[in-house]
Amino acid sequence: METLLTVRELRKTYRSGGGVFSQESEGTRFTAVDGVSFAVSCGETFAVVGESGCGKTTLARMLLRLIEPDTGEVRFEGRDLLTLRGEGLRSQRRQMQMIFQDPFASLNPRMRVGEIVAEPLAIHEPGLSAKERLERTTTILLRVGMNEDGLRRYPHEFSGGQRQRIGIARALILQPKLIVADEPVSALDVSVGAQVLLLLQELQREFALTYIFISHSLPVVAQLATRIAVMRAGQFVEVGPAEEILRDPKQDYTRELLAAVPELPLD
Amino acid sequence: MSGLLEARGLTVELPTTEGWVRPVDEVSLRIAAGESLGLVGESGSGKTMLSLALMGLLPPGARVSGEASLATEGCPKKLTALTEREWRDVRGGKIAMVFQEPMTSLNPVMRIGAQIAEAIRAHHPQLATKEVQRRTIDSLRRAAVPEPDARAEQFPHQLSGGLRQRAMIAMALSAGPRLLIADEPTTALDVTVQKQILDLLDRLRRDLQLGLLFITHDLGVVSQVADRVAVMYAGRIIEEGPAREVLARPRHPYTQGLLKASPTLKRGALTPIPGAVPQLTALPPGCAFEPRCELRRSECAAAIPALRIIDRDHAARCILV
Repeated sequence: METLLTVRELRKTYRSGGGVFSQESEGTRFTAVDGVSFAVSCGETFAVVGESGCGKTTLARMLLRLIEPDTGEVRFEGRDLLTLRGEGLRSQRRQMQMIFQDPFASLNPRMRVGEIVAEPLAIHEPGLSAKERLERTTTILLRVGMNEDGLRRYPHEFSGGQRQRIGIARALILQPKLIVADEPVSALDVSVGAQVLLLLQELQREFALTYIFISHSLPVVAQLATRIAVMRAGQFVEVGPAEEILRDPKQDYTRELLAAVPELPLD
Repeated sequence: MSGLLEARGLTVELPTTEGWVRPVDEVSLRIAAGESLGLVGESGSGKTMLSLALMGLLPPGARVSGEASLATEGCPKKLTALTEREWRDVRGGKIAMVFQEPMTSLNPVMRIGAQIAEAIRAHHPQLATKEVQRRTIDSLRRAAVPEPDARAEQFPHQLSGGLRQRAMIAMALSAGPRLLIADEPTTALDVTVQKQILDLLDRLRRDLQLGLLFITHDLGVVSQVADRVAVMYAGRIIEEGPAREVLARPRHPYTQGLLKASPTLKRGALTPIPGAVPQLTALPPGCAFEPRCELRRSECAAAIPALRIIDRDHAARCILV
């Protein structure tokens, strides 16, 4: 399978303490992501699982350069993302979009849903006519299971699940190749979370999407992942095909995580 | 087992711009000393409002009807008829609550020990400072907080999420309540920490013979902590019974749907429930789950189904049962 994304020795360190007003110390350094390397093939779902503070969200954001890495390399279709500037970076970015955890915080409350979903088009395809833009916006909104009359309404008029669908529509409107989804269902109710997971599965097949799926929940990841990376303290502890990690984990930490998942009594 | 908490037809009504709504509608439940009841529901099911009603913490303007009584030391107290003065003894002293986010329910500028001491003093003002201190450290130790003396001197932000939740539990139990209400106490925690907290609650319940009302949206969690389970939907209990029974052989279509929609470590078994939880201002006339139910019949929309007994203590609010 063709490789879409290659990450080599990605690293990010933050300074904690020693603020603006502290004169002596530089503070202590905290390494959020500590030399992570992996490759993602076209069409797969690469899941990164870890507990809070393990660095998974920092990693996700560095892939899109929403956070600048200190060192390392991110190659998307062979091009080095970290050296790109201006127009070059912009044209790469439209190929990679993000879905966020909190559907309440990630949508601008003062914009209508139609404007929110169409905004990436305004930035990346400014040549489109208003009619074409509306057409594309309507098509993608219908595809994620929203009604046409949603276009003129505001985010607060929708439930959490519907807002997450709006976020997905915004991520998909530019027809990207890669979607980075950071805890896309952890803020949703169980019955609605399952709807969104199935939608993501359908969309992946339909649009030939590649997913990087960030989550703290092994049961959620188990539904979609083709490969799983288990992350702890900024590093990958174990990486492998999803079934293998879930059935026959090699590392103690992975076993510990699996053992802590509450199980349902099945009849 | 003797009944500790008993609610009959408990109803909470709140005023909204669109008229009165009922987040808790004719709820009846029983918890014995030493028993844990898992209350399961999605957002908007009324599970949190029910717990606030049992704590006397309803928002101003709320109307309560029905009955709820708490039997401690043999004499039942009518919770629904307490004055604010009487509530002050019951709240914390007889019924205590642990919330989802320990960071927002602890005072950030007060040391852990001082916060627990404050809770103890509120219920035992006659105690000497030394004795309050001893009880403070004891309650931290009981909640398995390592180095309780040192932790008592720290501020909430200096503790990890798991330790903060232990401190919350220590504080909740410091005045010796008989009923503990835990509202999603592990939802903000990592799975490995969650397991420790669930084990702790289980041990405390047995050791202290506490009644535990454990509120959660997570069926996996409920199967670990609950003897019995009550499932809430749109303000009503729609299924109730022994935990193993309800989770392994659910009879209400909503409980069945919720189980099929819960991710497990097995892949490909996920079936979502179509639609969304109804708004309380626009409830369907009959069964509240009817619009989302795949087994619905025409009768379902006509009237609210009664709770039907399936087994000795397993019941479901569905005409198909």
